[in-house]
Amino acid sequence: MSEIKHHLTDALLLSYAAGTLDEGFSLVAATHISLCDDCRARLESFEAVGGALVDECEGVALADNALEATLAMIDVVPVVASAATSPSAKCVFPSPLREYVGGDLDAVRWRPLGGGVKQAVLKTGGEDKVRLLSIPGGTAMPDHGHRGLELTMVLQGAFEDADGHFGRGDVEVADEDLHHTPVAVAGEVCICLAATDAPLRFKGLVPRMAQPFLGI
Amino acid sequence: MNVAIEEGAVPARAASYAGSVMQTDGPDNSSPENDRFVELVTRVRQNGDREAFAAVFRHFAPRVKAFLMKSGANEGLAEECTQEVMATLWTKAHMFDPTRASVSTWVFTIARNRKIDALRRIKRPEPEELPWGPEPEPDQVDVMTLRQESEKLAEAIASLPDKQRDLIQRAYFGDLSHAEIAEQTGLPLGTIKSRIRLALERLRHAMG
Repeated sequence: MSEIKHHLTDALLLSYAAGTLDEGFSLVAATHISLCDDCRARLESFEAVGGALVDECEGVALADNALEATLAMIDVVPVVASAATSPSAKCVFPSPLREYVGGDLDAVRWRPLGGGVKQAVLKTGGEDKVRLLSIPGGTAMPDHGHRGLELTMVLQGAFEDADGHFGRGDVEVADEDLHHTPVAVAGEVCICLAATDAPLRFKGLVPRMAQPFLGI
Repeated sequence: MNVAIEEGAVPARAASYAGSVMQTDGPDNSSPENDRFVELVTRVRQNGDREAFAAVFRHFAPRVKAFLMKSGANEGLAEECTQEVMATLWTKAHMFDPTRASVSTWVFTIARNRKIDALRRIKRPEPEELPWGPEPEPDQVDVMTLRQESEKLAEAIASLPDKQRDLIQRAYFGDLSHAEIAEQTGLPLGTIKSRIRLALERLRHAMG
């Protein structure tokens, strides 16, 4: 856990704490925080700011019968049992990601992208796109830039690009300024969770033509 | 007469530590208000105490409603969601951990989740729970430390210039996007110790 070197930015943690981050980015944030105590502590600090803001809010009066109505609701709603912590230690995916996949790594329904690279688009209600990527060790992803923001988190294996070495738990925050060519480090297949808010911009002609079909 | 030093070295030290940064009235800077809410939530959890719940409701429900309306809910929806948020406090009272969050922070996270669900109609993926849950008997020193830090944070936010506080409110109450938060320019926030300093420094980074 302490080996994580690439973290979420403060702006991302604030947006996630405030609840303004879109669903795909939030999934990457939740997955990273599940493995990263540092970002969890920073998230809690940002949530404390939210608590202080709510506390200093000037209240708006509720309906006259609001308390009675709430108590009536309590009478019919069962007390929530403590979340059973499923044994996560042996899983590749932390629990928020397992919920979207419907299981761990072996439950992913991959679609080939060519060159041994595979992807699985995860369904969200948000406008951003989030997908899993499987890249054989030693393979390069197509060189691409971004119109918006791209978060890429490593779940297994590792990749390297101009920004450094990214291993399990590390998250790369890429924006329009970064044009990068991630290469999976030789050895174990590299599994990444990637979220984007705008289509990627590929440099080569062929990936550009294939883009609409790949859904990336 | 400095009573606290005789009664317990740890609270006295914690208080003077905080006091070295921000002037306080001596070692006794306890907040009856915040303690009261921790105690009330404990009574809800342990005894299903409806009077305690009503007291929590009277303080927080109007604030939650204001928060939801500032976030874009009309009054009818805000009223409905506030009641649901307050009912959730009851059903999840056993999950409240006073060593990790103040009651206000806990209420904020529940209201925020309801806001995402009701207003934005998307899910909010939650991080994996830590393997340990709230202790049956939370460590009182931890509870007090967290309380003091929460108070310092509230004071620090209250003392911000209007323009900056407004910016932070907009970031939290929903009409600043991630990109806009990342673009905002610096928030000069004085030097405050511990986690609060961290929170405020982080806030400054996040806004600029």
